[in-house]
Amino acid sequence: MFGYYLDLALHSLKRNKVLTALMVVAIALGIGASMTTLTVLHVLSGDPLPGSSATLFNPRIDPFSMDGYEPNKPPPEQVTWTDGMNLLHAARADRQALMTGGAVPIQPTQSSIDPFYTDARYTTADFFPMFSVPFLYGRGWNASDDDGKARVVVISKLLNDKLFEGKDSTGQTLRMKDTSFQIVGVLGDWRVNPHFYDLNIGDYAEAEDVFVPLSTSRDMKLSLNGSTDCWGSGGDPEHAENTPCVWLQFWVQIVDPAKVEAYKTFLTHYSQEQKTLGRFEREPNVALLDVMQWLDYKKVVPSDVRLQTWLALGFLLVCLVNTVGLMLAKFLRRSGELGVRRALGASRRDVFMQLLIEAGVIGLAGGMGGLMLAYTGLWLVRRQPSSYASLAHLDMTMLLSTFLLALISTLCAGLLPAWRACQITPALQLKSQ
Amino acid sequence: MEILPILSTLRRHKITAALLILEIALTCAIVCNAVFLITQRIDRMNMPSGVAEKELVRIRFASIGANDDKYARDQEDLQLLRQIPGVTQVASVNQVPFGNSSNNSGVKIDPDQKKSTINATNYYGVNLAETLGTQLVAGRNLRPDEYVDMKTIMAALQTKNDKAMPKTVVITQAMANRLWPGQNPLGKPIYLDQTPLYVVGVVKELVRPSIWDDSIAKYSMILPARVAEGQYLIRTSPQDRDRVLKTALEKLKAADPHRVILSKQVWEDVRTRFFEDDRAMTGLLAGVCVALLVVTALGIVGLGSFWVAQRRRQIGVRRALGATRGNILRYFQTENFLLATIGIVLGMALAYGINLFLMVHYELPRLPGSYFPIGAIALWAVGQIAVLGPAMRAAAVPPVVATRAA
Repeated sequence: MFGYYLDLALHSLKRNKVLTALMVVAIALGIGASMTTLTVLHVLSGDPLPGSSATLFNPRIDPFSMDGYEPNKPPPEQVTWTDGMNLLHAARADRQALMTGGAVPIQPTQSSIDPFYTDARYTTADFFPMFSVPFLYGRGWNASDDDGKARVVVISKLLNDKLFEGKDSTGQTLRMKDTSFQIVGVLGDWRVNPHFYDLNIGDYAEAEDVFVPLSTSRDMKLSLNGSTDCWGSGGDPEHAENTPCVWLQFWVQIVDPAKVEAYKTFLTHYSQEQKTLGRFEREPNVALLDVMQWLDYKKVVPSDVRLQTWLALGFLLVCLVNTVGLMLAKFLRRSGELGVRRALGASRRDVFMQLLIEAGVIGLAGGMGGLMLAYTGLWLVRRQPSSYASLAHLDMTMLLSTFLLALISTLCAGLLPAWRACQITPALQLKSQ
Repeated sequence: MEILPILSTLRRHKITAALLILEIALTCAIVCNAVFLITQRIDRMNMPSGVAEKELVRIRFASIGANDDKYARDQEDLQLLRQIPGVTQVASVNQVPFGNSSNNSGVKIDPDQKKSTINATNYYGVNLAETLGTQLVAGRNLRPDEYVDMKTIMAALQTKNDKAMPKTVVITQAMANRLWPGQNPLGKPIYLDQTPLYVVGVVKELVRPSIWDDSIAKYSMILPARVAEGQYLIRTSPQDRDRVLKTALEKLKAADPHRVILSKQVWEDVRTRFFEDDRAMTGLLAGVCVALLVVTALGIVGLGSFWVAQRRRQIGVRRALGATRGNILRYFQTENFLLATIGIVLGMALAYGINLFLMVHYELPRLPGSYFPIGAIALWAVGQIAVLGPAMRAAAVPPVVATRAA
């Protein structure tokens, strides 16, 4: 029966090409716009580290003075040097890393490449295992390199391609700010979206090119990138270790969910202890969010993208209403034919199925068109200036969703017209002929 | 008019008519709000900066090695830049309007205040106001002898040495009006910490960098701090900009090859880059509006054709009974006008609802009433244009159809 209905559907669609084309185009436009924006939303609201993001936490404490105190205000998002170091050395979590962003001047040994500046991350040894960073060659550094302010560096694949033509460069030296660093590792392809561990650099920033031990970066006074929030007499970047400023990101990994509360208690105890010592003025005010909670708290998905999604869904709705109207017109116009089929013994159910299959065919055709439009739409998005633009690609899930959305929405759109067409009394139609 | 017969005909096509009305209503609601969003973005993109935008060039660089005396280096650079023919002003600054990184402070008007009154941005740099071309509306610009090196200020902060701190400030009119509404701001003190800074001048406009909240975009102050952060602003005549930029880069590079140029821009690029997301969004919204109107028009054409085909016999009878082509044409036009009007009324209510949602979730202002007539006219026009084809075909139906079987 299905084959016969399909045949009927194709036949009927061919009979009124303009109306069919109008429906297909409307569906395609609606689906294309919706899938473009939904894909962008899907990419941007994704989990940066699937599998381990639930074990990674951002501990926050409140070291501010009583100036501008407001009860219930969340603690700052970064830590001071003193607190960062204290929490790092307390090592109460399974892993912990203290870090900040920066920029370093690279002086290639090849005369063909001019010196250039590139983004860097100054961090501590646990960074690599904690964030499951893949290595192409070599490895990260260890805690003794942190303590010894070692001149070691881990570089990105991109930088390795640029300076060493992709060869294993571990053991070689990299010159930065007139100083030689030993390359200990080269990263594999790595880009976390969003750039959750430091959103100051940009929510969808690319991974840094150079990773240097935090202690080394301070020793060499490498320049900082990011946000610094000071109070009291703070603000001198030359002596950032001693100033009352928050400017470092601190992340911990707690594998056992049962230990999360214990860590939070530890943070409260720490804050209390600092208050007793006179360093903190405020009552303990702590927070411990995991990666996804943190991204939600920071409202990382751009509001423009949400707005675009609403807009596209509204557009799809208009396209569907349009299709319902046209389909209704089309089906009712065939009252005569349908009347004959009913008079010859086709049940309402049969007619209903036949019309729904016709709607399905329109939906599939619209889906194809929509897919092409979504590809075009995403290509346009990628040409936009936003930092997230390059991420907008259609994956398998979204591809299937496109077809499903097209099919389901058109079938829904077809329900009312098909039902109306089924209501035709066979005898009456035949008589009016 | 033929409104009554039209209404009775429409009653027989309740569902199709309702769908058309719904489509018009949705389109009207979305288009009204989208156009409103577009005007909001355009207003934002046209935000005045208060600087001589056509005359400015910006260069940012970083030194590769350790820099011993960056202040001395800075003075030599400025001297070099000043010698370039066509250059009228130069300044070494910490930030620029519409730039992406900014230095901001909480501002108090009483040193014992627990909470800052406002947050304003700090512009540093000798000759900054003159180079930017800000317009002075009261008082005077900062004098060169009032400037203090940034490193001296930092040291003074650590040792709480009030004497070494700057004592004057120039603020924007918007900031003055916010701090002391209706009063003369000249001579009044503001506090970033415990040291008073006395307002000596007020500029008409100077927008801040990295604007995260449009309502405080105009809160800027110029402080007498001398900086050497590798960011130079050069003012020249509009036609000389490209040449001056090129010469300036060559001179800077020759003076010290041990540095990297991070960016070099004529001012338009700074503004363009700052608003690129807004521009992209405006384009997208406009695209959606056009697409919506086109889809709605196509829907009207489709349904209109269907109704005409269905009513061929009825039309034939009317023609045979003496109706002119004009009567038939007007019948369909009136029918569309009626449907569009109902759709527009519903659409306005819906537009208002969507606007309420946007006000809550996206902090948008209320939709001004002027959008309602504009939306109505747009949809009436689309409807009339779309129905014209089918209506003409209806008018072309010959009276003889009445005598034929369907």
